[in-house]
Amino acid sequence: MPTSLQGIGVSAGLAAGPVAKLAAPPALPAATAVTDAAAESAAARAALQAVTDDLFARSAAATDEVAKAVLEAQAMMAADPTLADAVAERIAGGTDGPHAVEAAFAGHRAQLESLGGYFAERVSDLDDVKLRVICVLLGVPMPGVPSPGHPFVLVAADLAPADTATLDPAQVLGIVTERGGPTGHTAILAKQLGIPAVTACAGALALSDGQTVLVDGQTGLITPDPSPDQVSAAHERQAALAARRASSHGPGRTADGHPVRLLVNIGGPSDVQASGVPGAQGVGLFRTEFLFLDRQTAPTAAEQQELYAQVFAAFAGRSVIVRTLDVGADKPLPYLAQEAEENPALGVRGLRLARSQPAVLEEQLAAVAAAARGSNAEVSVMAPMVSTPREAREFAEVARSHGIEKVGVMIEVPAAAMLADQVLAEVDFASIGTNDLAQYTMAADRMEGRLADLLDPWQPAVLALIERVAGAGQRLGKSVGVCGEAASDPALALVLAGMGVTSLSMSPGALADVRGTLAAHTLADCQRLAAAAVGAPSAPDGRATVNAELVGVS
Amino acid sequence: MPQRLVTVGSSVGLHARPATLFVQAATKQPVKVTIGRSGDDPVDARSILGVLGLGVKGGEEVVLSAEGDGADAALEELAALVATDLDATA
Repeated sequence: MPTSLQGIGVSAGLAAGPVAKLAAPPALPAATAVTDAAAESAAARAALQAVTDDLFARSAAATDEVAKAVLEAQAMMAADPTLADAVAERIAGGTDGPHAVEAAFAGHRAQLESLGGYFAERVSDLDDVKLRVICVLLGVPMPGVPSPGHPFVLVAADLAPADTATLDPAQVLGIVTERGGPTGHTAILAKQLGIPAVTACAGALALSDGQTVLVDGQTGLITPDPSPDQVSAAHERQAALAARRASSHGPGRTADGHPVRLLVNIGGPSDVQASGVPGAQGVGLFRTEFLFLDRQTAPTAAEQQELYAQVFAAFAGRSVIVRTLDVGADKPLPYLAQEAEENPALGVRGLRLARSQPAVLEEQLAAVAAAARGSNAEVSVMAPMVSTPREAREFAEVARSHGIEKVGVMIEVPAAAMLADQVLAEVDFASIGTNDLAQYTMAADRMEGRLADLLDPWQPAVLALIERVAGAGQRLGKSVGVCGEAASDPALALVLAGMGVTSLSMSPGALADVRGTLAAHTLADCQRLAAAAVGAPSAPDGRATVNAELVGVS
Repeated sequence: MPQRLVTVGSSVGLHARPATLFVQAATKQPVKVTIGRSGDDPVDARSILGVLGLGVKGGEEVVLSAEGDGADAALEELAALVATDLDATA
């Protein structure tokens, strides 16, 4: 029996079908002598133009905004006048078209790569453009999504935006890639299109064209040549899971009644329907940045109070946790006179802004307190980017001086997690921001796509820190929530509950899944899964182990 | 030669959306415009690869230059674009 492959399930759902692999890029043939430089040059210009037109057309057809922008930028690269000149110069010097294109792109490639960061990330876009131009010149089909004439499971090393933007969900049953992470472009797009997808799947390219595979986008498991029994069993498991999730309602709790509050993250009044997200027990993270961004002057106290009051009214009778302003030098506000920083993620951001500009925080807290007094919501505040117990104490003192009774802190900085007992002693609750906690724990920039595997919330080191904070909360009798990507993964939600996390805050769309999964497992199940995840040798191992158990429990 | 010294308003610098918007606007001008850091070799403002290759960050100063009929109007328009936070409206 062929061995199964394990990747990261990034878009839930099951698919079974024949494999069709993305065509491998053509090799550049040996250099040839140029006999007619004018014709060679005209052919190169025509190829650049054809690729430009094709990419602009793909951009226009793309529905995903990110893909649209990337494709447009790629089209502009193909249309770049200096690139065309460089190609023509080389052809005039005796280099054949394909090699002239290769050389002209190489200079720009090296330049972008040396700049690092965002610029270096454009290198793969540039490579894709070059490949397209060379394919046109060689008269070979452009590498791209195959069309075998029947629905198929797409297998590739990785997918470029040019490939994913025009995927047809009626033809592509599932996606399996060797590279890519849980937050990459393929993952986002597959989720949008509802195509089951698994990324970071080592060995996927060894699957052969036409071979039937079973793709489980939840567990990340790829089963080559599945038996009919395996396929039907997988479908039954999925149907059972869906039914269980759909039938769940009410407050969050485990099968044996252990409560885990289920909250939502919101970014402003526009996120809140008049009904205030039915099914949520409150707001676990009310981001207030929207009030401050995209304007030349600071919002007045009255302006802030009015907007806070709108949100509090929508959640009357429930709890709302307001996070104070969380900006850094990466999004400087003109009225705050922030200095440019080499490293904004490690700079003056979040609560640290109050060191130089305490008035902004004071005014915000006063506005929250005033809005809370006129509402029936249970309002509390928390500060982002707290690193020390002293910062927690100082924030709590300021907030309480404005009459806010319940005060908490975000735990995103590993230092705060390490001293969770001392930090929690100063406040009423803590909320763990898993995205930033992963970034700072793993020393991996959230914007750096190539490090997506390190930013995985299943990283045992990140989970160990969360466990530490949850343990401190239990010892001190204070609530510890999780807001961030991690809370909306049903499997991870069980792990967090097992650690002693008391609330999970997520996007409203994730509530039913998390609630249903929680209701199907006992607290003892959750504790067992938590131990397995923290003790796992790697993030993919932990994810796979817990997901396998998750299905098994049903 | 008419020139403008302007501070990049987009916090992300001249890449992503700000870079494409700038190059698109430069392509529409009747004259050739160049962009670069003061003292360095400038690049053709119609070249996305050239503009990206500058690696200009938010808050940096760049020099725009152009020559010929309509140079001043072209510089005016492009300088205003560079000074705006083009990413804020993304």
